Amino acid sequence: MATKLIQDIIETVTNSQIWKSFFRRKHDDRNRSRMLAVIANFFMHLHPATIARHGIALKYTWCMGGTTTFLFLFLTLTGVLLMFYYRPTTLNAFNDIKELEYSVPFGMMLRNTHRWGAHLMVITVMLHMFRVFMTGAYKPPREFNWVIGVVLLVITFLLSFSGYLLTWDQLGMWAITVGTNMARATPFIGHEGPFGEQLGMTPYNDIRFAILGGSTVGANALLRAYIWHCIAFPLILTIFLAVHFWRVRKDGGISGPL
Amino acid sequence: MAEEVSQTTVVQKKEFADQPSELILDRRRVLRWIGWGWMWLFITAVFGSAARFFFPRVLFEPPTKLKVGYPSDYTIGTVSEKYMQKYRIWVVREVDRLYVIEAKCTHLGCTPFWLSSEKKFKCPCHGGGYTPEGVNIEGPPPRPLERFKVTLTEEGEILVDQAVRFRGERGEWEKPGAYISV
Repeated sequence: MATKLIQDIIETVTNSQIWKSFFRRKHDDRNRSRMLAVIANFFMHLHPATIARHGIALKYTWCMGGTTTFLFLFLTLTGVLLMFYYRPTTLNAFNDIKELEYSVPFGMMLRNTHRWGAHLMVITVMLHMFRVFMTGAYKPPREFNWVIGVVLLVITFLLSFSGYLLTWDQLGMWAITVGTNMARATPFIGHEGPFGEQLGMTPYNDIRFAILGGSTVGANALLRAYIWHCIAFPLILTIFLAVHFWRVRKDGGISGPL
Repeated sequence: MAEEVSQTTVVQKKEFADQPSELILDRRRVLRWIGWGWMWLFITAVFGSAARFFFPRVLFEPPTKLKVGYPSDYTIGTVSEKYMQKYRIWVVREVDRLYVIEAKCTHLGCTPFWLSSEKKFKCPCHGGGYTPEGVNIEGPPPRPLERFKVTLTEEGEILVDQAVRFRGERGEWEKPGAYISV
């Protein structure tokens, strides 16, 4: 009797309009309705409703694209958490890293997983590229997606590079010094590059100056690295990532075995 | 609307029948040019100012202009290391002129030593050597040491500008600003 009553209550509640407007109803177990459930769900629609058998073969894809995506999401999450304790100024940056390392609860794990995850993402993105190349997945009709992929690779490198400076230690400082010194040699817009001097480029008006916001790696460079690393690059990457996934499906899903 | 369009086309064809069609400057084309011109002007202004935004006007960096005393502070025929630690420069006084050399090897950028007994600059990294004038004489350096701009202030003090360089291999050492006559 009591169970009957509870069942009735559950049925009345779950069939009410209020309940239905918050939660999805369970569909009958047919292929069509299962597919509709995937298509009608924002989060699940990112993944195709149907997929070729070879598309989930680990020995074929290595799941390197998926792993890279996962790492990107993970790095975004840990990165946002790190931002709660980090201030991108010459006075605070290094001490804030120290604080994260030694006093913030789970700070050491957060910082280290962010760092190792970043290293791993560079590796997985390159392995993904290697797999795509070796399986010939860049061939028509997928050439454009290869181009998008190259852009994503470059943005991944830029994310890695810009994050390097944020610790504001000797290692990062000199890495960015050396890295941006290469920009001096940019043709036309670098003051030591071909035609740069003829076009009136100096250390105070060339491309390196625009990157650093000064002639040396200083407070402006730290702040700029922070903004590019935390906002601009992830945003640009997300846009290209969306196009990348969209194209995979438009070009007929994951490429088949040759 | 569609009728109007077709009518104008007809009229045009009659009027400019002898001209190639791309030369006809009708109202539609003029308006299109004005419209798109305005649009591109706007886009250029937006992206241009966004690009300009990344070049700061005021820098909070160590000044590039340095005062290094009076010419009389330096003995004729010597290389002074007085401002070596502070500014990474040598002040060289010859009989009739004074100039400032940057202590940065042109090979890979190390800081050379001034060997007063041997009368030459010697780089510890790869053995590059230079005369007291800064001309490369041994080892891997591909060109002479660079000089900074020197002028005299109104008070007669030596003013060095590290933002302006003079390169010997280009014959710039005789240019005004590369030395001061004393």
